[in-house]
Amino acid sequence: MTDRQKKQFLNNLSTFGAWTVAILFFFPIFWMFLTSFKSELQAIAVPPLFVFEPTVENYVLVEERTDYLKFAWNSVVTSIGGTLLAMLIAIPSAYAMAFNTTRWTKDILLWMLSTKMLPAVGVLLPIYLICQKFGLLDTKTALVVIYAMINLPIIMLILFNYFKEIPKEILEASRMDGASTYGEITQVVMPLAWGGIASTALLSVVLLWNEAFWSINLTSSNAGTLVALVASFSSPEGLFWAKLSAVSTLACAPIVIFGWLTQKQLVQGLTFGAVK
Amino acid sequence: MNPTLAKWLQAPSVILLLLWMIVPLSMTIYFSTIRYHLLYQDRTGFIGLSNYEFFYTDPSFWPAILNTLILVGSVLLISVVLGLAISLLINHDFFGRGIVRVLLISPFFIMPTVNALVWKNMLMNPIYGLFAFISTSFGLDPIDWLSDFPLFSIIIIVSWQWTPFAILIFMTSLQSQDREQKEAATLDGAGFWAQFFNLTIPHLARPIAIVIMIQMIFHLSIFAEIFVTTSGGPGVQSTNLAFLIFTQALQGFDVGVASAGGVFAIILANIVAIFLIRIVGKSLTV
Repeated sequence: MTDRQKKQFLNNLSTFGAWTVAILFFFPIFWMFLTSFKSELQAIAVPPLFVFEPTVENYVLVEERTDYLKFAWNSVVTSIGGTLLAMLIAIPSAYAMAFNTTRWTKDILLWMLSTKMLPAVGVLLPIYLICQKFGLLDTKTALVVIYAMINLPIIMLILFNYFKEIPKEILEASRMDGASTYGEITQVVMPLAWGGIASTALLSVVLLWNEAFWSINLTSSNAGTLVALVASFSSPEGLFWAKLSAVSTLACAPIVIFGWLTQKQLVQGLTFGAVK
Repeated sequence: MNPTLAKWLQAPSVILLLLWMIVPLSMTIYFSTIRYHLLYQDRTGFIGLSNYEFFYTDPSFWPAILNTLILVGSVLLISVVLGLAISLLINHDFFGRGIVRVLLISPFFIMPTVNALVWKNMLMNPIYGLFAFISTSFGLDPIDWLSDFPLFSIIIIVSWQWTPFAILIFMTSLQSQDREQKEAATLDGAGFWAQFFNLTIPHLARPIAIVIMIQMIFHLSIFAEIFVTTSGGPGVQSTNLAFLIFTQALQGFDVGVASAGGVFAIILANIVAIFLIRIVGKSLTV
């Protein structure tokens, strides 16, 4: 083989490898999707069926029996609500820290991150009792507040890094031109920070949509999210694979599609804007 | 911005997080020193460190700690190594690269409960699962994954979900690697491994640190995957610290003991945090 042929061969081999790995990784999701269109008998057929007559009866049943839309709405409200609340608290704070960095700033940020390591299970009972005391058990309000708190440290850290990247010279120039603090923020900083704020919010929504611990333990029929709905399908008596697949597909589809569309922004959020 | 205004703007986040930390934490510590059992509410009173002793001498204590560390360690190792390998594999132009990327990162967006249920029922089930079918078609006995290798099964499930996260970050980071530098290295006769260790790994140092940090935070308290697959069993083979405390509190109804367990978990998390912040503190541009 000449060098060129050898290179071509290696290229083809790695393309083949990439496709194989990608298909293997995606397979469980594909399998779940496929199973959701089977009858219960087809779902547990041995050997597993790849070709069959698809049916949508599982989807119809899931909606009839469980009120999917209510759970989906709870997921939307709590993940977006938690994100908005956290952003509302974090944006001014992170802005102030980035443009007025003191010798404490780094310590404060790392301390915030350390609250994220507080194991949820260690403080479940106190939070449960507090919610009970204020009549907030199984309410969206409680979840929104908790979601805001569990994501706040990560949001602060990411936003801080974004604000930090805005060159100070631009601000000084605008100040020389006579811009007020308000004008400075709306005209100069926000347009530059907008991308970072959006990335951070997207990441927060993805993490909260899939949050399992608090929603399983603090909600039931009223404020239950899709995570809790799926978990309720796992009880032995309710184990119907095809319906479980349908409910899972319905629970995951919104956020998976959302993730596909926003993957570039998500990476920026996840790496604190440090990886371009 | 004047420093006073800056302080006022920072106050809400600091105060709220302080409350979020201190209120439940002090309640947990208080509960851990009293007799507090949901089924025997009339028996109360200060009992010192008995709850700690009870939790610590529970035969599941050390297995749970060990399982927690094994779980975090192996998932981290698998997702970083596999994530690196796969992102290097897709780091060139080829047919359908966009689709391959989308397929590879998808598991990260699947919720942990769904992820665990799909693996448990449709893949790892010893009778109807796809793995069992594959084994039998090669003439092998099907493996009852979750009963025979519970912790290993959970490691597989969690790694499947989190390797895409590492891929997502590494592949983006690799795109910003200096191509001319690599070409120069190739001309100088540097082979794949030489380039990998001298150029790629240093370039990826910060992304790797970030992946390790974020994953550690999430894996220390893994709960949903265990909750819906093995419930910590058989025995305590797949019980981690988070799940052990959950069992004490919500299945054993003993709030006092569970709170003592919570304090242990907080201590463990803080040991990890100190270690982690030393790594990450350096690589963050704070």
